[in-house]
Amino acid sequence: MTATVEKKRTAGFKSRWAAMPKQVRWAAIAALIVLLYILPNKWFYEYLGFPIGSDYFAFYTTRSDFAGVLFDTAVFVLLAVGLNVVVGFAGLLDLGYFGFYALGAYTVALLTSPESRFGTNWPWLAAVPLAVMVAMVSGVILGGPTLRLRGDYLAIVTLGFAEMIRLYAARNEGILQGQRGIPAIPHPPGSGTDGKPLFGVVDARPYYWLMLTLILIVLLLIRNLANSRVGRAWVAIREDEDAAEIMGVPTFKYKLWAFAIGAAVAGLTGAVFAGKQTFINSDQFVLESSILVLAAVILGGAGNIKGAIVGGAVTWYLPEWLRGVGDLIGVEFDAAEYRILVFGLVVIVMMIFRPQGLVPNRRRAAEFADRRKEAVPQETVPNE
Amino acid sequence: MNFDELFGNFPALTITGLEQGAIYALIALGYTLVYGVLRLINFAHSEVFMVGTFTALWTWQALGYDQNSAAPALGPLILAIVAGLVVAMAASAVTAVTVELVAYRPLRRRNAPPLAFLITAIGASFVLAESFGISTSRAPFGMPDLIPQKTVFTLFGAAVTNVQLLILGVTLIMMIALDQFVNRSRMGRGIRAVAQDADTAALMGVNKNRVILLVFVLGGLMAGVGALLWDLRFGYTKFNVGFLIGLKAFSAAVLGGIGNLRGALLGGLLLGVVENYAAGLFGGDWKDFTGFVLLIVLLMFRPTGLLGESLGRARA
Repeated sequence: MTATVEKKRTAGFKSRWAAMPKQVRWAAIAALIVLLYILPNKWFYEYLGFPIGSDYFAFYTTRSDFAGVLFDTAVFVLLAVGLNVVVGFAGLLDLGYFGFYALGAYTVALLTSPESRFGTNWPWLAAVPLAVMVAMVSGVILGGPTLRLRGDYLAIVTLGFAEMIRLYAARNEGILQGQRGIPAIPHPPGSGTDGKPLFGVVDARPYYWLMLTLILIVLLLIRNLANSRVGRAWVAIREDEDAAEIMGVPTFKYKLWAFAIGAAVAGLTGAVFAGKQTFINSDQFVLESSILVLAAVILGGAGNIKGAIVGGAVTWYLPEWLRGVGDLIGVEFDAAEYRILVFGLVVIVMMIFRPQGLVPNRRRAAEFADRRKEAVPQETVPNE
Repeated sequence: MNFDELFGNFPALTITGLEQGAIYALIALGYTLVYGVLRLINFAHSEVFMVGTFTALWTWQALGYDQNSAAPALGPLILAIVAGLVVAMAASAVTAVTVELVAYRPLRRRNAPPLAFLITAIGASFVLAESFGISTSRAPFGMPDLIPQKTVFTLFGAAVTNVQLLILGVTLIMMIALDQFVNRSRMGRGIRAVAQDADTAALMGVNKNRVILLVFVLGGLMAGVGALLWDLRFGYTKFNVGFLIGLKAFSAAVLGGIGNLRGALLGGLLLGVVENYAAGLFGGDWKDFTGFVLLIVLLMFRPTGLLGESLGRARA
């Protein structure tokens, strides 16, 4: 019942949105993007008349610095957008997404840090494309043997892959320097008008802006890809792989593409993360994070780019915000501690009651509804 | 490459490998049973094992044993082991059944796509692990030293301890019992029927849901035994203890041929042994890596496993 009511409501919003003139829609999107860019600035809140320093901004996280939280959220959103290609579009379950993220970060660290054994001392910018390449190639190496088989083996292989990367990084003292990690990774280049470097240690805002820009670029690319021949092939594979193969879609090739693109996005994210953090070790790439990204995609609505963005933002930002609120009312409540538990429960409940996610993809929602309808006559068999 | 280590300690490495492999095999049975019937990788199975390790520990604590207590005499020892075994098996089975009833069955009723099952499985796994993690403050817990390790005899210069004999013995007994159950009993026939063709089995009057429940119970019981043996041998548990073991047990199941019970035993033992040889050859850091590399290589060259999937029905 509620589902139909909700459908009507969202449908109302959607049709009204679609009915608006193109200029209005573009202006609204542009306004939203501008808002996102000015979000971490102090003067913005001063301008709005919020008292600085006090703790009751509706979306301020009190315990940590806001720009830093926004950066982390942006990292998460980009990861969710990348994983959405794999899980949402192509319907492949990648449980080791953070493995590629770690690969990107470590590649940058090894090539740029003066502390690394390689001693190459590349500038950050030069190492980024290579990091993306490494992540992509390892995606192909990993996906090659597994994607030919049944899809569920991919899940366990990627799960193992992420954990092996972490274990190897934790134990290998020679190159990856174990728990000590790799320090002194250079920041991204560029200097402000006052001659100081643009990307410093204290101010997280430039990193957030960089990340936001990258998200916009990746979004554009992926959106176009999803609306192209490749995107149609992915949807066909997701809906019925055998039928797609018979219709002449080279399923293996497109599955591998989806997997590799997802890996490349994760590698890129990892590279930027390394540039901000300047220090990485194995503790930053725990498996739980892979699961959180997956939860974000599912929560938002797999197969829908908007859904992935919403899911990513909610999954990372909400616990941080709750922590801030807890601080405010004097409760020592670390929502991040319960994050995995809560999102694990959310995933189970969503899969049963709303598998299409909060912001569903229309076609995917129809797929689920279709399957559900098929299930009805079988259950009248007195087997239950 | 340390060939001296590998060849010098070959017998010892083999025996510890077999012992660890036996525990993998017991857990692999749970994966293989569920996969055989439902075509589902039950990720939550590693947590079924984890629950077993904790409940066995709690049972011993309730009986008054802690890390510092002296090893008990034979009578109380047998009592403690049997009590721990029964509780661990029961708790693991209950956990497995709960996951099936709460998470998987509603999905089957809705005819959800396979991806939904996998996502639910991973969600269930993390819910279980995290609820234990939060309630135990993520600390490791030591076990009471119920059976002090003692060398019973030496074989080719390798010491064989009492615990090792116990583990191998118990595993073999459980294996044979399960194999006989599935291949001889009426309920086992139901399992095989549903595994071969669920719809036809239902037409022949097999209650599919009951069979699925039975499969989860059996997997849980085996994981409970594995958990008790783990407690006796490795002497600690933690909320995430299941993760790596689960991964290896799954690899073992694939190695032997998933869906194949005897394959699970073979795969488990083989994985344990190979892992130990690799540790001897390349150093201990690489031990956990080996199982994973083995899995990938295997999927490349022989995806149906060594003994073949007994049902032989590959799904695209």
